[in-house]
Amino acid sequence: MIETNDLSKQFHDFMAVDGVNLSVQAGQILALLGQNGAGKTTTVRMLTALLQPSRGSARVAGYDVAKNGSDVRASVGVLTEHHGLYMRMTALEYMDFFGQVYSLAPALRKSRTDNLLEYFGLAEAAKRRIGEYSKGMRQKLALARAMMHEPSVLLLDEPTSAMDPESARLVRDEIARLKSTQRTIMLCSHNLTEVELLADKIAIIYRGRILIQGSLDELKRDVLGVPEYSVRFAEAWNTNGLELPKGMELLEKTPTSLKVRVEAPEDSNPQLIQRLTSMSAPVVAFQEEMRTLEQVYLKVMASARGKEYVQ
Amino acid sequence: MFNKLRLVWLVAQRELRDQFRDWRVLIPMSILTLCFPFLMNEFAKQTVDFLNQYQANLILDRLVPFSIMIIGFFPITVSLVVALESFVGEKERGTIEPLLTAPFDDWQLYFGKLLVGAATPLIASYISIGLYLILIIRQGLDMPSASVMLQLFLLTTAHAVLMVSAAIVISVQSTSVKAANLLASFIVIPVAILMQGEAVMLFWGNERVLWLGIAGVMIIALLLIRVGIAHFEREYLLGREIDTLNFKWMAQTFWKNFIGGAISVREWYGRVVGSSFRRALPAMGLMILVAAVSVWMSYDWTMTNVSETVANASPEDLTKLQENIAELPDLSSLRGHLSAPFLFLNNTRSMAVIFLAGMFSFSVLGVLFYMINVALIGGVYAFLQLLGVAPLPIFIAGVLPHGMFELPALLIGSAVVLYIGAGLVTPQNGKSMGEVVIELMADWAKIFVGLVVPLLAIAALIEAYVTPTILLRVIGN
Repeated sequence: MIETNDLSKQFHDFMAVDGVNLSVQAGQILALLGQNGAGKTTTVRMLTALLQPSRGSARVAGYDVAKNGSDVRASVGVLTEHHGLYMRMTALEYMDFFGQVYSLAPALRKSRTDNLLEYFGLAEAAKRRIGEYSKGMRQKLALARAMMHEPSVLLLDEPTSAMDPESARLVRDEIARLKSTQRTIMLCSHNLTEVELLADKIAIIYRGRILIQGSLDELKRDVLGVPEYSVRFAEAWNTNGLELPKGMELLEKTPTSLKVRVEAPEDSNPQLIQRLTSMSAPVVAFQEEMRTLEQVYLKVMASARGKEYVQ
Repeated sequence: MFNKLRLVWLVAQRELRDQFRDWRVLIPMSILTLCFPFLMNEFAKQTVDFLNQYQANLILDRLVPFSIMIIGFFPITVSLVVALESFVGEKERGTIEPLLTAPFDDWQLYFGKLLVGAATPLIASYISIGLYLILIIRQGLDMPSASVMLQLFLLTTAHAVLMVSAAIVISVQSTSVKAANLLASFIVIPVAILMQGEAVMLFWGNERVLWLGIAGVMIIALLLIRVGIAHFEREYLLGREIDTLNFKWMAQTFWKNFIGGAISVREWYGRVVGSSFRRALPAMGLMILVAAVSVWMSYDWTMTNVSETVANASPEDLTKLQENIAELPDLSSLRGHLSAPFLFLNNTRSMAVIFLAGMFSFSVLGVLFYMINVALIGGVYAFLQLLGVAPLPIFIAGVLPHGMFELPALLIGSAVVLYIGAGLVTPQNGKSMGEVVIELMADWAKIFVGLVVPLLAIAALIEAYVTPTILLRVIGN
């Protein structure tokens, strides 16, 4: 797990990270979003005990990052911003090197290397020098390296950047599998669709401060307001007799559709559907109005800059 | 422990593998290792033929050890490239971060890089020397003695360790390979000067002096390793992205430390200079001990060697010595010639030399120059005794009046240099090496301006206008 308390980092007179409080439990994925230079990398570097916090504290995999740097580093798998591969090594040599760094036995090193390279589709190129690899292959190899010692905590910076859609899907599946094996995962990404698919919690960082954090639903509700639902009818239907359940507000009405804002969908939506059914309304669709993480993100960032969010 | 050393070897092994796949390292090293002994041998042959015409056998004897030193040095120059690349090169290529996020201790990374940086060029160097020795044997030239060979072996090793450890210090502190290469002149120039000194020692043929030289180089090399570890911080390898020399920041940092927030001269002396002075007190204690040892050693050496030389001297030599002494100016004429500004500038220059030598050698050379200065007292004292003159009255009259100020100035100024050396090799968390150097220089400047310069000024005035009068009264004209 990852726990930070008032985690801060100052470089001379520049506050790179300012009072970050995060909590990620085992089996959870936290996505840290923010523009370039917002403090994501500095936060990850503090969590891997590469940088000493100027203020506050952090515990990763049960170890204090300031006091037990070596233990922290042994427990985390990191995919860095630059994958940092040795171009004159082959993938086999590279994986074996990091396997030795993490004190894995030779047989285990070999089996994990074979499995990971096979999984990421690099088995055929295993004996080729990394310098000959494509960008996507390098990214996959870097990810394989981060998983080599099966760490309990994974810190992944842009794990699918430079990957083709097929490979990106492969990596997303692997991240989801790792989550299911009770690993704690922190993801830094600009790919908001990917974050929506994977993250249990999302935090948005701006100029070193966490502006907002929570689950995707919580963020949507907090930033974009209560959810909106639309009902579409097969033909023009008179809604005059329809009484909306409590906590539901009518936003828009046309002969073939309704648009409502719902305070508590889990209570109100079944009631509305029941009423429409009992009135034999020709309903062809009942769906939540599309509200994306991108909208949340852009609105939060606009608000942080003191600007109006224009959808 | 084995597991910890295993990780050192792991870092070294990976680097080694990388090196042997890099033609930019392999080709120059192979050329320097395999071709240079033949070139040097040809040069030696020509020199032997030339010197034989003039029966200059002494130079011939010393030429072979000198050639071995040079041959051993050339492959080592490659170590500079390898070591300069070690951290900053990895930073530029982005490979450092995965390495730093792995469970290595700082010293394991450091020694892994040091090992491979020094070992490969050293092996090349030994091969080169071996090749040259075979050529010498085939030519029928005399081989150097076993002790000289041992000295050359140690000297070559010390050069490699010195250059690699200095290059690693630069590599850790630099922000780009370009900057590191530019800073490498701080290694190349002192090493070139050092080798000139060693060449002089080799041609002089005094093995004892050469042993001292080797010990000095080894101490500096070990101190450099210590500096490297003391200032190795993962944070600085990743945190600094700016590759410019910030003169404004440097000046501001220096000035802030020099002034220390004082608002009056009195406060500056009392609080700021006082605090630096107190920090340097242990070094001063050590320098008093060093002074005592130096005085005793020079006294003992003079008493033993000069009396032996005089005893073995021929009557002609003694006559010549008497003539030389007679030619010396008498004290009454000195009174008019001694000028306070000259004495002041001369002594200030000596202090500056001690500082500069100390800065480039982590205080080793600074302390050595201090020892030489102080040793003069013991030497002159013994010499006067050998001449049959009572030294104590002369010292009380001729040294004590200005020495009361000059010797403390020398002691304090040199002690601060020792303090700077100690400061450089001590880990200082949260500070870059640049900050540490500037703060230490500010400490030196405070002591120098606040204490050493005033003491030297007073000493110069007394030495020019008071000491000669007292001395004349004591010993007459």
